[in-house]
Amino acid sequence: MDDVRMIEVKEEIMADNNQVAAGVRERLRLQKTMLVNLMSSPGSGKTSLILKTAQALKGSIKLGVIEADIESKVDAEKVAAQGIPAVQLRTGGFCHLDATMVTQGLEALDKKDFDLLIIENVGNLVCPAEFDTGAHKNVMILSVPEGDDKPLKYPLMFSICDVLLVNKIDYLSLSDFDMAAMRKIVLALNPEIKIIEISCKTGAGISDWVDWLKKEVTAFRRA
Amino acid sequence: MHELPVTESILKIVLAHAEKNDVRRVMTIGLQVGRLSDLEDEWMQRYFDYVSRGTLAEGAKLQIERMPIRLECNACAETYTVDAANQIDIPCPNCGKKDAKLISGREYFIKNMEVI
Repeated sequence: MDDVRMIEVKEEIMADNNQVAAGVRERLRLQKTMLVNLMSSPGSGKTSLILKTAQALKGSIKLGVIEADIESKVDAEKVAAQGIPAVQLRTGGFCHLDATMVTQGLEALDKKDFDLLIIENVGNLVCPAEFDTGAHKNVMILSVPEGDDKPLKYPLMFSICDVLLVNKIDYLSLSDFDMAAMRKIVLALNPEIKIIEISCKTGAGISDWVDWLKKEVTAFRRA
Repeated sequence: MHELPVTESILKIVLAHAEKNDVRRVMTIGLQVGRLSDLEDEWMQRYFDYVSRGTLAEGAKLQIERMPIRLECNACAETYTVDAANQIDIPCPNCGKKDAKLISGREYFIKNMEVI
């Protein structure tokens, strides 16, 4: 009978992805390009937000977009139609982007002189939260019709983001969404998070979001 | 939904340690996973069985220790544990306030492995 031995492993399971992500972050830091990872459920307004943001940044900040979708390339076409450089990554069934896929996206973009790149992650509040993409900032959208209980159901996502955009506030009067209760739970998970209420439809709050983004990009390029 | 990349990553780390230590077979793998993770023990094992086929770790049992979700009250600094993610808005057991921050529950760690 062989003796059973115990080996101490003591390693983070995500170490590989975390290492690739750290490499992406550093490379982009040297290129002075800030990378933002945008996450949300399907249909909460990621593409609409990117289009609004691109309009607002026109002429001041050079923006590029990396789109991720399980199958289609609808989003990249919409973004590219606005004259914004965009690449589409098809994840081939995967529910999230990892840092290696982001590396491929960066290589697929012809130009390298962006001030800001936004990743539109796969619409999903679960898996993308577990995988560091190499982004400098994580931003998520929760839209009013999804309900105020989402931070209780997907706490990890809310705990890793720098900004929470609460979209579709034009629906608030039709809904029992409790903004104060939602804020309290989110701040418990993540006291540092910045919460901005917006509506891509009416344009409400978009300037607050764009101001935050401009400030961050400026600080990033100076650092 | 993301069991596959997670279990592939576990396998890769385990096989690297197995090679360094002249292992013939991996019997068990001790993991620490925070309760905020959505991964189910049963499905992690099933995916692991699938990805580990034909390797030294084929048949190894994952022993998953679920790490508690711990909160610290911002008002009185009491720390307390909740059983599930959807209970993070319970009031502080000491002062009754609902104003706390998360201090653990997100772990993804391989502790050790039993081998022959």
